[in-house]
Amino acid sequence: MFEKTGIATREMVMSKFPPVERINKGPVAVVECYQKIPCNPCQTACPVGAICIGDDINNIPRRDEEKCGGCGVCVAKCPGLAIMIVDGSKSADTVQFRIPYEFLPLPEAGETVVGLDRAGQPVCKARVLKVMNPPSFDRTPVVTLEVDRKYLYEFRNFRREAE
Amino acid sequence: MREVELLIIGSGPAGLCAAISAASSGAKVLILERSFRPGGQLVKQTHMFFGSESQYASHRGVDIAGILLKKLEEYGDRIELMLNCTAVGFYEDNVVTVLKDETKYFKIKAKSIICATGAYEKSLAFPNNDLPGIYGAGAVQTLMNVYGVRPGDRVLMVGAGNIGVIVSYQLLQAGIEVVAVLDAAPRIGAYLVHASKLARMGVPILSSHSVKEAIGTDCLEAAVVCEVDEKFRPIPGTETRYDVDVMCISVGLSPLNELLAMRGVEMKYVGQLSGQVPLRTENCETSIPGIFVAGDASGIEEASSAMAEGYLAGLCAAAKLGYVPADFEERRQEYRKQLEGLRSGPVGDRIRAGMKLSQL
Ligand SMILES: Cc1cc2nc3c(=O)[nH]c(=O)nc-3n(C[C@H](O)[C@H](O)[C@H](O)COP(=O)(O)OP(=O)(O)OC[C@H]3O[C@@H](n4cnc5c(N)ncnc54)[C@H](O)[C@@H]3O)c2cc1C
Ligand code: SF4
Ligand code: SF4
Repeated sequence: MFEKTGIATREMVMSKFPPVERINKGPVAVVECYQKIPCNPCQTACPVGAICIGDDINNIPRRDEEKCGGCGVCVAKCPGLAIMIVDGSKSADTVQFRIPYEFLPLPEAGETVVGLDRAGQPVCKARVLKVMNPPSFDRTPVVTLEVDRKYLYEFRNFRREAE
Repeated sequence: MREVELLIIGSGPAGLCAAISAASSGAKVLILERSFRPGGQLVKQTHMFFGSESQYASHRGVDIAGILLKKLEEYGDRIELMLNCTAVGFYEDNVVTVLKDETKYFKIKAKSIICATGAYEKSLAFPNNDLPGIYGAGAVQTLMNVYGVRPGDRVLMVGAGNIGVIVSYQLLQAGIEVVAVLDAAPRIGAYLVHASKLARMGVPILSSHSVKEAIGTDCLEAAVVCEVDEKFRPIPGTETRYDVDVMCISVGLSPLNELLAMRGVEMKYVGQLSGQVPLRTENCETSIPGIFVAGDASGIEEASSAMAEGYLAGLCAAAKLGYVPADFEERRQEYRKQLEGLRSGPVGDRIRAGMKLSQL
């Protein structure tokens, strides 16, 4: 299925998430990279060595959820835009996501946007909390959004409401 | 007639790295580039590249061109770059004939030559495939990313390899609708992280689908698409019509290396490398000593491997001319190791098989 559509199955997605207890402790990276390809900037970017690919550049990255502090440096560095940060420590009802977003115009903090799943289908509403686009992100802005906890494993993208 | 030490044809990542490598050993280099700007495919690539740090991974292609051109400047006294110059002939005495600005014609004789001419796009046969609005992916990218021109409003992408998927993503970034990406193969050829980027923008990727026909009078108005079976035969009754003004064909590249064939270099058809390729040594030297090949011209791969091959070919070509740096063997092994690493995974299976078949 995944190899035909590019849409990962629920099981695949869940296998990349750390346990909810970890998510509730604070921000952590979810690395949705499922295929052996010659690529390793995620490993190179992580300042604390929480992502490991190893000697063979084709290995699938492994993220150590204990080492990862959710700093988000890897998010804008991944050419596959395969990494996001989830944080369940802020509220019991919502989770915060930090996702890469390479489209203009950028949303603004406070805006409500349409939350999309991995097939680009609308699933929920999401509130934009912050938009980061410093020179070090090299034109891959990272957007922080707040989403109902129910959509932890569905939410992956967003669309701005038509103006 | 002008005589040079090392002539490099093409200024894509392979040609630029070959020049940097040879000049850093001490060789004098002339680069011919048919375009008005150097960089080859890189200048159209606005997305971040894969690979490792030594190939500038996670930099955007267009910025990698900038980095390489800056390095080239460091050897300004040894490297000359001639733009708008197409190499049109390559003769037995190592004379290359050149057409400049499409008006001036002259000859260059070189002691050693590296062919880094890249690739050309394959096309697809279907009824009305010559309607205006049907483009190769390269043309769409050039219009959009080099000239800032919208190719149209609604696009059907044919081909779900890396290029088809990446160009689709860039079309979305330019605010253009992509109705679907289709591919006759049962599985997506592109890196799946790229495919997922597109899927979560709501663009359907249709595997086992092909184009049945294009419809339009003066230009493209619609495309009829159908499912295909495992032998790529259309399945009757599965036709779907998409109203689109652009169809973008991205069904692969073939190595561009007729100059080498003209020179008499031993060539062979290697399917895994996507076409006719020159046989070569592990140092990128062809069957004629002093004539080298690097990058997509030697087999379709990636910019990351084109750069490593360019460095290797430049190092070895310069050494043949007598410029052997103290760390020659170290550098040679380093580039070979990089190439091996890039080709070692499952996506490199095809390339490794092709390399074996094309070794001298
Ligand atoms: C959409 C797209 C996305 C890509 N994404 C990636 C990626 O993410 N990562 C990656 O590693 N690779 C990627 N690539 C592949 C990469 O761009 C190519 O593999 C690489 O550019 C090949 O380098 P090259 O130097 O061999 O050829 P080219 O870049 O094609 O350069 C060849 C040069 O030679 C010139 N030339 C040709 N014939 C002549 C002649 N007769 N006389 C003078 N000059 C001539 C051409 O004008 C051109 O400038 C992508 C390619 C495309 C199209
Ligand atoms: S979020 Fe920070 S600590 Fe965690 S893997 Fe990414 S770079 Fe490393
Ligand atoms: S940088 Fe991204 S695409 Fe590359 S290996 Fe890491 S997670 Fe996968």
